[in-house]
Amino acid sequence: MSKRIEVKDLNVYYSDFLAVEGVSITIEPRTVTAFIGPSGCGKSTFLRTLNRMHEVIPGAHVKGEVIIDGNDLYAPGVDPVMVRRQVGMVFQRANPFPTMSIRDNVLAGLKLNNKRISKSEGDDMVEKGLRGANLWNEVKDRLNLPGGGLSGGQQQRLCIARAITVSPDVLLMDEPCSALDPISTLAIEDLIKELKEEYTIVIVTHNMQQASRVSDRTAFFNIAGTGKPGKLIEYDDTTTIFSNPTVKDTEDYVSGRFG
Amino acid sequence: MTALSPRTVEKGPVPNSLTTGQLPRFAELYIFGASAVVSGVLLMLIGFDVIGWLVLSAVVYLVLLGILSSLVENRRKAVDRLVRGLVTVAFLLAIIPLVSTLFTVVSKGIGALSFQFITQTGGSAFNPDTLEVTNTPGALQAIVGTLIITGIATLISVPIGLFTSIYLVEYGRPGQWLSRTVTFLVDVMTGIPSIVAGLFAFSLFTIILGPKAFSGFSASVALSVLMIPTVVRACEEMLRLVPHDLREASYALGVSKFATIVRIVLPTAIAGIVTGIMLAIARVIGETAPIFMAASFTDNFNSNPFEGPMQTLPVMAYTGFAFPGTDITASNNSAWGAALLLVILVVILNLIARVIAKVFAPKGSR
Ligand SMILES: Nc1ncnc2c1ncn2[C@@H]1O[C@H](COP(=O)(O)OP(=O)(O)OP(=O)(O)O)[C@@H](O)[C@H]1O
Ligand SMILES: [Mg+2]
Repeated sequence: MSKRIEVKDLNVYYSDFLAVEGVSITIEPRTVTAFIGPSGCGKSTFLRTLNRMHEVIPGAHVKGEVIIDGNDLYAPGVDPVMVRRQVGMVFQRANPFPTMSIRDNVLAGLKLNNKRISKSEGDDMVEKGLRGANLWNEVKDRLNLPGGGLSGGQQQRLCIARAITVSPDVLLMDEPCSALDPISTLAIEDLIKELKEEYTIVIVTHNMQQASRVSDRTAFFNIAGTGKPGKLIEYDDTTTIFSNPTVKDTEDYVSGRFG
Repeated sequence: MTALSPRTVEKGPVPNSLTTGQLPRFAELYIFGASAVVSGVLLMLIGFDVIGWLVLSAVVYLVLLGILSSLVENRRKAVDRLVRGLVTVAFLLAIIPLVSTLFTVVSKGIGALSFQFITQTGGSAFNPDTLEVTNTPGALQAIVGTLIITGIATLISVPIGLFTSIYLVEYGRPGQWLSRTVTFLVDVMTGIPSIVAGLFAFSLFTIILGPKAFSGFSASVALSVLMIPTVVRACEEMLRLVPHDLREASYALGVSKFATIVRIVLPTAIAGIVTGIMLAIARVIGETAPIFMAASFTDNFNSNPFEGPMQTLPVMAYTGFAFPGTDITASNNSAWGAALLLVILVVILNLIARVIAKVFAPKGSR
């Protein structure tokens, strides 16, 4: 279950401020797409419009179309809650629910949506989710302890387990490794490669090596100056972006010669 | 192995450029002792009294400490010690009234307190045959009244206050006129004098039910007016403390806003909310004026909040002094007893709040 995402000429605004302008991009199913670009160029902003998470911020709104397998996310009458059940998200800062145990955190998406699950079903899903997030072996003996008691890297993998347990079609990750050590980072990168078999994955990263290691396609965003909108500069196969990009700015950025 | 030149062993302390002069350990204690003695002796000459002695000791202590520290140490340390001394003195000053009040209430009230006092309806009975007035000490009617009136006030205020704060934090956008108005009104309500709340409830029920409409419920309404703004404020603070990340995490799982509030935000903030509510209760449980106006006072046992005057602990303490019975000492004694019971009730509420906060506090977060 993974889906194609087509974005057509999307503008994102925070109230009157145009943060991202004119993005058109097609993301294929079962691929990993990396968003790279300098800070403030609108990567997070754009990523959040793919599951309408930007609406959480007062005043944020979009113009344009985002189509996931033929369904326009912004068509009138679309329920953002339904969108987010199909398009999951992992955040930069790990945010397990502090009031819940590890087990309940993994099952949170189901329980909060009032799905009735039996104990054994729950056990299976917890194990599947935690194995999927490469966390099972580390926590299998303390599933009933609070999720806040894990290390930062473990918490992040717990959040990934939580996100994949609701079995979304698309998984958005906003700098999931930026607070992690190289070993946890590798664990998550391996995980992304595995998840690719089932999900469409979009990942924002500031780490060029990470982008080249995990992604199939890479999108480079840039911003002309402060107060100007961010734009999609170049979108191509990751190897192309990193070896011979067409745009000069992209080359400067990926080779580290950027401003 | 290369032959190391024998190290020159220095005698005495190694000079270290980072050290400065330092007062000996416990210098503050010695200085305080010294100032206490000095001011004690000084006061002996002109007539001793405890308060003057304490105040003078504090002043002498601060001056001495400042001078000594600036002589031996440097300016920064002297200022540090001086300010620390001032802060400590301020703290001590602040707890003097508290300790003194507690001490008075406990020492005067403990005599009145007995098993009978809390299980009997008190009051005086007049026997027309013997023309004798018998006084029964007892506060049961007041305990029951206080619990019923504050209980109903809590039942009214908590839902209203909690829902208002949820609206303000989760639904109201910052600039929106409705949430601005609500916040403004809550601020205004916070400042309402309790007597005004009492008048409000009294006149409201007089209009509805006619004259002499004393009832426990009317007192509860008066207390709610005082309690709602406190509850709104406390809950609002607590809800705002819940990290935005958690709400986003929940939304990103496809959870509705309602479920996010009920299952994520409230449980995360519950410890603080409960503490805030308990403190709000503790705040109104001792209100006298509004209850006195709305529920009046009585020596009869009345557990029906909708009918007739109701006795409460604070009002009992007040009437015990203001309108004593024939046996004035007995009345005063039960007034002190009622006051002590009230303090005990508040302490119990605070303890409950602490226990609940402990139980509900999110665990394992760093
Ligand atoms: N909540 C907000 N309200 C108003 N403007 C915002 C908000 N969040 C972001 N912006 C603006 O939108 C632009 C894009 O921000 P965004 O967070 O998407 O950048 P980013 O590419 O993710 O940067 P980084 O790499 O640092 O995370 C910036 O100019 C930023 O100031
Ligand atoms: Mg970002």
